[in-house]
This record gives sequence, C-alpha cells and structure tokens, in this order.
Amino acid sequence: MKKSFDFAPFISSLVAIICGLVIGFIILLVANTKEAVPGFVTILTGSVAHGMKGIGQVLYYATPLILCGLSVGFAFKTGLFNIGGSGQFLMGSFGGVLIGLTCKSLGPMQWVVALLFATLLGALWGAIPGILKAYFNVNEVITCIMLNYIALFWVNMTVKGNTALFNTLRNESKDIPAAATIPKLDFDKFFAGSSVNSGIVIAIIAAIVLYIVLEKTTFGYELKACGFNKVASKYAGINENRSIVLSMLIAGAICGLAGGIMLLSGTGRHIEVKDVIPNEGFNGISVALLGISNPIGIIFSGLFIAYLTAGGFYLQLFHFSKEIIDIIIAIIIYFSAFALIIKMMLTKFANRNQKPEYEVIKEQKARKDAGIAFKDLKVKEE
Amino acid sequence: MEEYAIEMRNITLSFKRKIANDDVTLKLRKGEVHALLGENGAGKSTLMSVLFGLYKADSGDIYVNGKKEIIDGPVTANKLGIGMVHQHFKLVHNFTILENIILGIEETKGGIIQLADARKRVVELCKKYSFDLDPDAKIEDITVGMQQRTEILKMLFRNNNIMIFDEPTAVLTPQEIEEFMIMVKNLKAEGKSILFISHKLDEIKQVADRCTILRRGKRIDTVDVDKVSKEELSEMMVGRKVSLKVDKSEAKPKNVILEVKNLVVAGERGHKDKVRNVSFDVRSGEIVCIAGIDGNGQSELIKGITGIKPIKSGTISLDGEDFTSKSIRYKNTHGFSHIPEDRHRDGLILDYNMANNMVFQQYFEKEFSNSGFLKTKDIIEYTQKKIDDYDIRSLNGPYSMTRDMSGGNQQKIIVAREMSKPHKLMIAVQPTRGLDVGAIEYIHKEIVKLRDHGIGVLLVSFELEEVMNLADRILVMFEGEIVGEFKDVKNLDLNELGLYMAGGKRMNMKEVA
Repeated sequence: MKKSFDFAPFISSLVAIICGLVIGFIILLVANTKEAVPGFVTILTGSVAHGMKGIGQVLYYATPLILCGLSVGFAFKTGLFNIGGSGQFLMGSFGGVLIGLTCKSLGPMQWVVALLFATLLGALWGAIPGILKAYFNVNEVITCIMLNYIALFWVNMTVKGNTALFNTLRNESKDIPAAATIPKLDFDKFFAGSSVNSGIVIAIIAAIVLYIVLEKTTFGYELKACGFNKVASKYAGINENRSIVLSMLIAGAICGLAGGIMLLSGTGRHIEVKDVIPNEGFNGISVALLGISNPIGIIFSGLFIAYLTAGGFYLQLFHFSKEIIDIIIAIIIYFSAFALIIKMMLTKFANRNQKPEYEVIKEQKARKDAGIAFKDLKVKEE
Repeated sequence: MEEYAIEMRNITLSFKRKIANDDVTLKLRKGEVHALLGENGAGKSTLMSVLFGLYKADSGDIYVNGKKEIIDGPVTANKLGIGMVHQHFKLVHNFTILENIILGIEETKGGIIQLADARKRVVELCKKYSFDLDPDAKIEDITVGMQQRTEILKMLFRNNNIMIFDEPTAVLTPQEIEEFMIMVKNLKAEGKSILFISHKLDEIKQVADRCTILRRGKRIDTVDVDKVSKEELSEMMVGRKVSLKVDKSEAKPKNVILEVKNLVVAGERGHKDKVRNVSFDVRSGEIVCIAGIDGNGQSELIKGITGIKPIKSGTISLDGEDFTSKSIRYKNTHGFSHIPEDRHRDGLILDYNMANNMVFQQYFEKEFSNSGFLKTKDIIEYTQKKIDDYDIRSLNGPYSMTRDMSGGNQQKIIVAREMSKPHKLMIAVQPTRGLDVGAIEYIHKEIVKLRDHGIGVLLVSFELEEVMNLADRILVMFEGEIVGEFKDVKNLDLNELGLYMAGGKRMNMKEVA
C-alpha cells in the first residue's frame, strides 16, 4: 500500500522523442542521403562535441524554454491555455530594457529591479486574460492571442518613440550597459565562449518553487482542483474566479521574467522593431507538452530541446539547412501530443497480467474480515 | 429443442482489469417477459449492449430465433427485430414525435422527406395500443412518460419483436409506472418478447415471467418469478440477506435548524423561475424529504440554499444565524454538510487521489495544513482511518485514483467526508443514486444515525421507496413550488403522493404552514 511512482508519462515522452528522432533521420535521408548519418550524429552529439562551450550554449538556450514551458505548464494544470506567452515575454523584455537603460542610479540593484519590473509587466499581461475569463467568460486563448499583438505593437511604438531606448541606426533597442546585466556567476569562465549566465539558475529555482506550490500547498491544491473540475471546486467553496486570475497572473509573470532575463543577458539580444512576435512563448507550449506540465519534467524537456537546437546549429557543416532541426522538434512535439494514447496503451499493457479489480477487493475484504487492518499490514511490510 | 427468441451463450466481456460479463448465458423465450436483475455494476447493461451490438464480446455466441448472428451495431440489431429503450432516451428534443420515430429510416422522394405514410402508420399504432400521443408534438414539450411511449412507438414502427427496456421505470411517477406495466402486458399479449432490466423487485414480481440474476458479472440463476419470494430474489442479487426496510424509531424533532423563507431562484435566461416562493424549515433530529419528479426545481432549490446558484430573493438561516448572503465556504464550515446530486460533477475531483478528496472540504483547516502547506502525512492517516470506519474499498488505499474506483466506493468517500466534518444540517441529494442494494442499505442507516444524533437532514430523492423509507416528513415539489406536506408518512397512500407529484392536487400551503 505504498505510493507508487507512475512511470507511464515518463515513458510516453521517451517514446515521443524516439519516434521524432527516427522520422527526423528519414527526413535527413531524403534531403541528403550521403550526409544523413553524420548529420544525425551531429544532432545528437553536436552540443557536447564542442566542449564546455557547447554545454554552456545548451544551458543558455534552455533558460527561456524552461521558463516559458513552466508558464504554459502551470496554466495547463489549472485548466487554462496560456498561448499569450510571447506577449508576456515581450512585455517582460520591455520592462527589463526600460529599467536597464534608464535607472543607472540603482547601482548594483539595477538588474534585480529590472527583472522584478519585467516580471510585473508579464504578470499584468497574464492577468488581463485571466480577469476576462473569470468574470466575463471570455475564452483566454482568444484574448491571449490578441494581447500578443497589442504587446508587439505597443512595445514597438514605445521603444521607437523614446530616444533613451531607441538605437535609430539599427532599428532596435540600445545595448544594455554591462553594469545592468544579470550576473554571470563565473559561468562564462567555466563554459568558456558561451553565453550562459545566472538565468538558468533562476529558471531551475522557479521550477522547484512552482513544483512545491502545486504539490505541497493549499493554494496549489485549489488551483489544480479548479483545473480538474470547476463545478466541484465551487461546491467545496473554492473561489474559482480568483484561482483563474491568479493562475494566469503567475503564468504571465514567469514569461515576463524570461523576457527580462534574455534582454539583460548582455549577449547582444535587443528588442527589434519588427512586426514579428517572439517565438519563446510558443516554444513554451512545446516544452510544457513534452514535460507533461510537470515543473520538474519541464526542466528536462527544456534542456532536451535546447540540446537538439544547439546540436542542430552545427548541421550547417553538412550542407543541411538548420531549419531541419525545427522540423525534428516539431515532430517530437506532435508525438508527445499522442503521449496520451501511448500512455493508455502502456497502462493496458501493464495491467494485462494483473488481477481483476474485484478479486483484489475480495482479498482486501477477506483480510478485513480476518481482523487485519491495513495499518498492521503496512507495519509488517516495512 | 425449444427455439428461443434470443439465446446468448457463454458471453464473456472484459474491460481493462474488470470482467463485466463472465460466461453469461441468457435465453429469452418467445412471448415472455424476462427480467434481468442485478446490482449496479453487475453487468446487466453491458450484457444488453452486447446484444444490441454496442460492445463486442470477447467470446460467446448470440442466436436470434435459432440462427447464429453477428450483431455489430444497432442497425444490424434493428434488422434482426431487436429494439431497445435506453435508460436515458435517445430522442432529438427539438424534433416532433413523428420525426423522431422515422429518424434513420426516412423515406425520401427527390431528397424531400415523405411524412404522409409514416404519419398514417403512427396514428394507427397509437390507436391500436391506445397511446395518447400527438405525432406533431415536440419532444421537449411532452412528459417523460410520453417520451417513453415515443421510444416504444419507435420500436413498434420498426416491427421489432424483441424489445429491451433498460430500467424503464426509473424516471416515472407511480401512475406512469402503472400505465407502463399495463403496456408491457399488452405488448406481451401481442407476442412480443421482452427483456426488462431492473433492480426493483416489486416490478419484477408484477410483470415478469422469468428472471435471470447477475452478480459481479456472473449469472447466478434463472428462475420462474412466481416460484420465488422477493427476499429470495434480493438475496440472490446481493449474495447475502438484506433488510429491505430501514429500521428507525419515531423521530424526535427539536429546535429549528434550517429555515428557508420565500426563496426564489431564477431559471435559465428567458425561462420562468425554477424555485418559486418556497418556505419551509428543518428541525434537528428529523429527516425532511423533498419528493417530486426530477426537474421540478429540487436541484435549483438545493443549489440556492447551499449558494452554488445565486438566489433572486428570500432568506436562509441556520440555527438562527442569517446565512442568506454567506459564501459557500462559510456555509460549509459553519454547519452545512452537503452530499451533492452528481458525485462526478459536483462532489469529487476524479483526478485527485482518495486522500485529497477526503479532505476536499477541510484541506485548509489547521488539522490538515500549516501556513499554506498541506500536511500530507496527516491527510493520509486521516483518510486511512476513514477507509477503516466506512469500509471503502479500493486498490491502493488513500493513494487510489478516485477515477479508478467503483461508483459505490466513490460515493462512500463523499459520505465519509460530509458525515465526519462537524455539521448541524445534512443536505443529501440523491445520496444513493446508482448504488447497489448493499450500499443503499448502508447509507440509509448512516442517515438515520445522523438524525438520532440530533442533526437535521434535508433529503432530496426521486426514488419513492427511499422517500417512504427515510422521511419523517415529506414535502412535495411541483414546478418550483411546494404543493403538499405530509407529516404522517407511515399511513401515506402512494397514489395520493403521486397525484401531488404530478401536479394533479395541491394543498393550500399557507394553511399548512
């Protein structure tokens, strides 16, 4: 009578990954038969084949993937679909840039305040669809998508209109001064040549905090209850409107934080004044799916996708276009959408040789009748 | 060898880890009424679904009129003359009776439906079986009894000679049940062979010739109904002796616990009010039962009282304290306990494990949480205690996923949860819906025990037997109003009660109050 760990979701993600890689290999074969094998090897090993720099790059790429994945996954757990991650990311980017460029007087606290402000703007951008959903029953998917565009054009307009922020020559935001970037924690020395910084640490801490919130607190209990069954939550006196707003607010905050971290990394990333929505928020959906919305799982799925992306970068050495890696990741995501079916098949397979339920219950009853309570049994087993 | 209308030989069917039908053989003679008796989950409906082609058996054969047939769907079943009336009717609500009857076998000419011939036949059939039905009435406008007759007409129209009824009386008033029984006898006289699923012994005694009893997926026996007693039937069904009557002493009502005054609950937008000016009280130590046919505002009344639905006007008070505008959480922690109508929809988070559901109303209390963190260990220990106290059976104890548990044990989680937390009033809506006789007996006993401990019980039930067994006082609800109050339950005439339930009679409630 112990809590058993459920391996099925883990295995189903693994199956999705393997299927995706196999089909990816087939695509490589079709594109360029001769170089398919070395190309495929590069995808799998490219990141580590280039020493510590490669590993550092994986961690750097993984930072926004993990954070945006956490955001989407957290909202999923509450039964909401946060497709507005990109807008929240952009708002966070803007918040980071604004403080990073204008508030020199904050001194060493500048990057902290910048990240907090980024988080705040992201939270605001997440709370809006939450409020509309909770109190006016407007579908959050629609408001999220619309807010992505509002964020894009508002940020473009504001950056362009502010000489303190705008670099007219390059049509993007100005460089963040080194004093305002987030600490490198000597990662740049350890992973020499890579862009990694303390952002990855923040991402992992965020994942652990969210895991604790979801699994160990009454707040997480309420959020998940609302996600599973809104009617029953209301019956038990849970304020489901509050849960929806808070869940979206937190989801937005994490994406905003991701935006702030990326812009304050000092790696040459800027807010480019273009009509293109950043894809971080959408990548978060893939990461959350592959990690089955579990915060800890999302750390690994984020790292994995970053690993493939970093490896795929070297595909160009073999005359493949690096977009192929995006195709392979997309296929993996497709298969992880089938994860549910795979999970069902696994459960069926696992249960095939087990006793039918009524027989187990009959045994339990026999035990009970014999005067052996579960508690005694538990003691004996241990 | 005798030729049977239907022979199901050695049918076995399993779902995942559960065997629903285990080597079941069922033989339906031509022109007989054959009852299929069993507890919920005994495999009756599954067996009928196999016969109707909705499930495919793992092994076993089906013979129709002596010929081996493979039934792969309702269309094939219909071709073989098998018709079925499901427990929840399969009718299109905004279609007329006639349109529903021809649905699926419409005759068309150049793409346009030809109704004239069909109408003539339907009218003829109505006359022949003396069904009082208007072919052009819409389903949403007619009573449940009439809807059932529409379903029967559908089978007659398709010349089905073998008819399956899945718990046909569950939704009918006593009068409608009587009419239905006569209908079944008429159909039998016509030479139709009828299979009749039920767990109501009275009905089986009244109308069936033979009866096959299923228990836990296995066929226990097939008996001639007039040769066995009700008690013997129920023993075969449950596997042990059960008392069909609830043992309870005279109620000793004391002070008023719940007082509801002039309560009005609005209906859907554009519809009339669902609860109209309802006033009543519940005293401590009595079971007040709201009887009535499903859909007459009972569920809205309870939702209004508990706060799940906003009320339009009126007041609610508990033990003298005004509860009208209190939050659901406040009500739940200050004296209300509520066993909701639908355990899956309202009462449980199916994707939570048993322990999490056990503290669903109390997880925030000091006992189970500490500054926002759940005390998992205490929750598990508490659940384990409740499992022992209430004999809740499952595969993994407190860690069992609620979704994987049987309906009766799921209901026991709710019962254990609501009865264990401190409360002054127990609101129980359909507490035994879909449960087997053993579980019903258990829950009834617990409710009576609560009453004897001085708790006020407000019970809503659509099962007359339950109402008669448990109630100390009966209120009848019809179209959102309370139309009758009966204090002397023991000497109450069922037909009289039925008249009130169907709106045929009403008391002047001001006089009663």
